[in-house]
Amino acid sequence: MIDFDYVRANDVGDALSQITKHQAAKFIAGGTNLIDLMKEDVEQPTRLIDITGLPLNEIHETQTGGLKIGALVPNSDLAYDERITQRYPLLSSAILAGASPQLRNMASTGGNLLQRTRCLYFYDTATPCNKRSPGSGCGAAEGFNRMNAILGWSKSCIAVHPSDMCVALSALDAVVHVSSAKGDRAINSTDFHRLPGDTPEIDTNLARDEIITAVELPSEKFARHYSYLKIRDRLSYAFALVSVAAALKIEEGAITCARVALGGVAHKPWRVPAAEQSLVGELADRKAFSSAADIILQGAIGFAHNRFKIELARRAIVRALEQAAAGTPQSQSVKVIV
Amino acid sequence: MSVGTNSIGKPVSRIDGPAKVTGRAKYAAEFSAPGLAYGVVVSSVVAKGRIISIDRSAALAVPGVIEVFAHDNRPSLPSSHEKYTDQVAAPGSPFRPLYDGEILFSGQPVALVVAEELEIARFAASLVDIRYETEEAVTDLDTQIDQAFEPPEKRAPDWDPPARGDVDSALSRSPTRIRTEYRTPVEHHNPMETFGSTAVWNDGRLTVYDKTQGAPNCQEYLCSVFGLAKDKVRVLSPYVGGAFGAGLRPNYQLFMAALAAIGLKRSVRVTLTRQQMFTLGYRPQTLQTLTLGAENDGRLVAVKHDAIANTSRFEDYQEPTVVWSGALYSCDHSTVTSRLARLDLFTPCDMRAPGGAVGMYALESAMDELSYAVGVDPLELRLKNYSERDQNKNRPISSKALKDCYLQGAERFGWSKRRPEPRSMREGRELIGYGMATGIWSAFFVPTSARAILAPDGTLEIACATADIGTGTYTILAQIGAEMLGLPLDKVIVKIGDSDLPSAPVEGGSWTAASAGSAVVEACKGIRKELLKHASAINSSPLQGVDVADVTIVDGQIRMTSDPSRAMPLSEVVMGLKEPIRSEVSAAPDERALEEYSHYAHSAVFAEVRLDEELGMLRVARVVSAVAAGRILNPKTARSQILGAVVGGIGMALHEETVIDHRYGRFMNHNLAEYHVPVHADVHAIDVIFVDEQEHRLNPLGVKGVGEIGIVGTAAAIANAVFHATGVRVRDLPITIDKLLELRQPTSNHAA
Repeated sequence: MIDFDYVRANDVGDALSQITKHQAAKFIAGGTNLIDLMKEDVEQPTRLIDITGLPLNEIHETQTGGLKIGALVPNSDLAYDERITQRYPLLSSAILAGASPQLRNMASTGGNLLQRTRCLYFYDTATPCNKRSPGSGCGAAEGFNRMNAILGWSKSCIAVHPSDMCVALSALDAVVHVSSAKGDRAINSTDFHRLPGDTPEIDTNLARDEIITAVELPSEKFARHYSYLKIRDRLSYAFALVSVAAALKIEEGAITCARVALGGVAHKPWRVPAAEQSLVGELADRKAFSSAADIILQGAIGFAHNRFKIELARRAIVRALEQAAAGTPQSQSVKVIV
Repeated sequence: MSVGTNSIGKPVSRIDGPAKVTGRAKYAAEFSAPGLAYGVVVSSVVAKGRIISIDRSAALAVPGVIEVFAHDNRPSLPSSHEKYTDQVAAPGSPFRPLYDGEILFSGQPVALVVAEELEIARFAASLVDIRYETEEAVTDLDTQIDQAFEPPEKRAPDWDPPARGDVDSALSRSPTRIRTEYRTPVEHHNPMETFGSTAVWNDGRLTVYDKTQGAPNCQEYLCSVFGLAKDKVRVLSPYVGGAFGAGLRPNYQLFMAALAAIGLKRSVRVTLTRQQMFTLGYRPQTLQTLTLGAENDGRLVAVKHDAIANTSRFEDYQEPTVVWSGALYSCDHSTVTSRLARLDLFTPCDMRAPGGAVGMYALESAMDELSYAVGVDPLELRLKNYSERDQNKNRPISSKALKDCYLQGAERFGWSKRRPEPRSMREGRELIGYGMATGIWSAFFVPTSARAILAPDGTLEIACATADIGTGTYTILAQIGAEMLGLPLDKVIVKIGDSDLPSAPVEGGSWTAASAGSAVVEACKGIRKELLKHASAINSSPLQGVDVADVTIVDGQIRMTSDPSRAMPLSEVVMGLKEPIRSEVSAAPDERALEEYSHYAHSAVFAEVRLDEELGMLRVARVVSAVAAGRILNPKTARSQILGAVVGGIGMALHEETVIDHRYGRFMNHNLAEYHVPVHADVHAIDVIFVDEQEHRLNPLGVKGVGEIGIVGTAAAIANAVFHATGVRVRDLPITIDKLLELRQPTSNHAA
């Protein structure tokens, strides 16, 4: 772990000016991921800018009937906020599927978006990793790749994005609000994370001199038909082998709107609009769900240890959609799958 | 002498509990000293080769850095490997930290950065630039099967019993034969507390607070390695935050802390990171082959068990993997063999019923497979092959209430509701499986010393060098002392975990209750004798002329057992003492009892699993563990031990595996997020039964010890339940989703 400075930012403007001044600085909020990575010398910021004092920890109603979640709202507060549990239960469920209560208490909304991969090679500086050390090679492709990608990977990186929350945000078409010295902009959550391509060291489309200020949920809530199904090697405190955020609108038995996002399979939450479109107008049954799953997984290619995830993902998509359609979402406290 | 029941056998809460939950209990890395310096270990990133250069200039340039120790500048160390041995060392040449530039395993400690503050040391450690000449490391056991060998020097001769009968011809004429192969992976102990040592330097004397299961073992090690007289070194381990065997041998942070303290003549603390916990000993990988021959009714004719396990290049670590297959069931023909294969890894280390946990997983899985082959209920099959004698040695077992374990466990579990066919039980989407297995573990009594001091104020101090690694040793020793002298529990002070105290073996093998417990009994007997002398000397004492064997001390009274009317208050005798009564003894087992009888603890484990077959999601819905372990000193701490061990068994069955990338010869999932142990959500109902078992020969307490017996058999019971639920036999632990989906061949989980 390197030696580093620690400073506090007073407001968003101060935070932005500080991050611009110090090229090797990083923001820190909950620190649940960054500190771990610093201990392992994976991240080596020479300065930490503590943004926990910024006024970004509230949830507001938006004029369009949605919610705007401050970037510093802790994951726990967000998951248990009544507006979230009542109106956006998919988001609440996804957050509660992740990490542990202690981590969720510390972790912030913005920080969750910036979680880095759990690829074993990214975490171990004794091994090559293009994401950690561009040009050093990918240790995972021919190494232990059970947790790695089956979709959207590149020759240089087969890492997956580890967040559960972001899978739900993607399914909900949330919008990420960011600020920089140049001004504010909004990034669709589906565009926030990126595929690795030849630059796997870049996880997201957030520029280095930008800060996440809020995440906005649109008015479409999917409060009735949703499920977040996470398949993992143990029933809590484990990253997803495959997770599915499923959301449906059903009228008179027929699907009028569908969203399916996958976690644990790619460098970003994975959505395939064509698959969602294929469900519209269909009866909410296994046949339709299976066809949609096939579309989503088109082109999926696994590696020595994770090929099973393709079929597992197919089955998990079907099950999550069944749970959503039936109005029996996966419980994150009772771990039995229904 | 009669022993009342005022304390032994009661479900007393841990006496060290309040200190632990309030933070008053200090662990090795929490002790401090004036001028304490901090050491951070630099670990090798290569698995094999040698160091060609160490550039420590950047590290030394950091203000506050005191020294960077490595093989090229360390204080003088003995070259003889023997000097680095310890009580638990396997045959071979023990690792010599910082001795030379040879790299024997990935993660090998290669330098120690010592600084005024931990943060400075940690930063400077990242600046030490070490260049290696690398060689190809071999870490894939599958490629070394042809090289497997029988270790020339045995760690324990009993673990490889001679063959009996003629197993091959018996197999060839057996109407039913099964031959199966099982695999178990490398597992790491992963106690919550990482290893740490605080070495306090005081004018040529070294006092080390160490996380260890054996303070005397560590003291001897330090004396031997650093050439120090015994009275110059004291090792203390007052509290140990779990160990599971990882603390049996002196670990390298102890060496490092002592080396730096001696080299710098100041106090130094060295702690390991969680990642460095994966550079210590571990449960070795095993490849096991079981061949069973049986009559059509399931009676065993022949048992053949061959195990290959990995060891390091420099030590022949061995564990009792196959011995149980020869011992447990009635069978005339048996051959069990174990071999080793060398890998470029650190030496394995005893972990949670070493050998037993993995060997019995294989045997009890094979027995389950046999039950389907012959169409006999798995429990019935065990009863059909029940043996009252140790089949390996053809001698009686001192006590064996295993049959009661089977029957009471089955009753509690509801085994009779099991439908025999696989895939025949279901509820909703879930397939349900019932499985069972037998557990067996040796009951030991290892020579141990203890001291008891009864003070005139009525407090009893018990002292023994043994450790409490979270098992309840403090509590049971206090209970035994209280019982022996009729005292309330809060009048007993227990001192353990200190090499200055009467000597004890390492805390392991589940032998501490029997061994340290017996030593405390014997020490307290000495006190009783003296007490009676004092009592008899009091004017008109009702106890004059009474033999100590006819005395009971209970409820604050010293009484003649055969005539309770002859009694006097204990307080009257104690208050009359002019000075404390001391009694120090060494307790050892009766050699004849050890020779004439075998001594085992047993268990029967029943497990229910539920599986969502489509998704491969599995959970262990219920476990009943029925244990026969002689006398249970404290049902609360004993139950807690079995609960923990069953959780360990769930981990072994479903979660635990340290994966190696053979290209780098390196364990890859070296943290607690990626090395999975069961979490609360994975642990459902666990029911522990202690069946009544009268043991009279092994030790004066009739105790066999619990702990490890709770894990032996548990993984097999779960794996057997998985087969019953699914019809899929996963013979490669852990049983993970991918294997259940049968979407890839469960041959190897390791990197290509």
